[in-house]
Amino acid sequence: MIALLGPLLGQIPIGILQLAVGLLLLLFGMRWLRKAIPRTAGVIPLHDEVAVFTSETAMLRAIGSATALAFDPIALLTTFKAVVLEGTEVVFIVLAIGTGGNMLVPASFGAAAAGVIVIALGLALHRPLSRVPENILKFAVGILISGFGLFWVGEGLVFQWPGHNLVLVAIFMLLLAASLIAARLAGQMIADGGELA
Amino acid sequence: MRSIVAILRQIWSLFVDDGSLACALVIWCTGAGFALPRLTPFSAWNAPILLLGCVTILLANIAFTAQNCRTRKARNPR
Repeated sequence: MIALLGPLLGQIPIGILQLAVGLLLLLFGMRWLRKAIPRTAGVIPLHDEVAVFTSETAMLRAIGSATALAFDPIALLTTFKAVVLEGTEVVFIVLAIGTGGNMLVPASFGAAAAGVIVIALGLALHRPLSRVPENILKFAVGILISGFGLFWVGEGLVFQWPGHNLVLVAIFMLLLAASLIAARLAGQMIADGGELA
Repeated sequence: MRSIVAILRQIWSLFVDDGSLACALVIWCTGAGFALPRLTPFSAWNAPILLLGCVTILLANIAFTAQNCRTRKARNPR
């Protein structure tokens, strides 16, 4: 998908591409932050990965025992569907960052390296990656993606960012600070019934 | 046909799970893109205003989420 869509996206004028991709990245990143912040604050519960793994495994075992095959097509389909869906997210991020910054090859290598690390972790742990703090990962990725999205929306609108590319660091810091403050305030609001200012 | 709709729905859900947040962000970015260059042409403040608007929208959304959660908890303590 990246090899096919990357060069095609390169034909679109950079301003339009930055605006469109920036807006999509912004929506994508803010969607993650919108979930990660309330989870950090305890407003909504954290994902219980172990419980999800246990129930999914039990369900697949029940179906698998009915088919009684050594090669389990249900498990194959389930993992294929999950990987395709998550892989589409990766393709989108690689295309967005790669074509927006004209760095498709480094972005692809970065995604491939991350894929290798995740596969290695999966093989080593042989369990869901429940020890990896999922919400912190979502928090960090949400901030990075939202930051890139905001930067490119500004570039696409021909706004002048102070400090040019270096402003990205300031955007990340501001988003991090705002998210942490939001998490703290939301947590307090739930805990003592106080109003957010 | 159903599978195409399902795929499109999955792709849509990659970007939007709370319509109000997505709408507010799109409206703000579009509005800022039209209004800010006319109000303050070539200003160095346009981009920071865009950023602050988006952060405010996120904070407001979190506040509404927390408010709703608190209201639900008050109605159903258990």
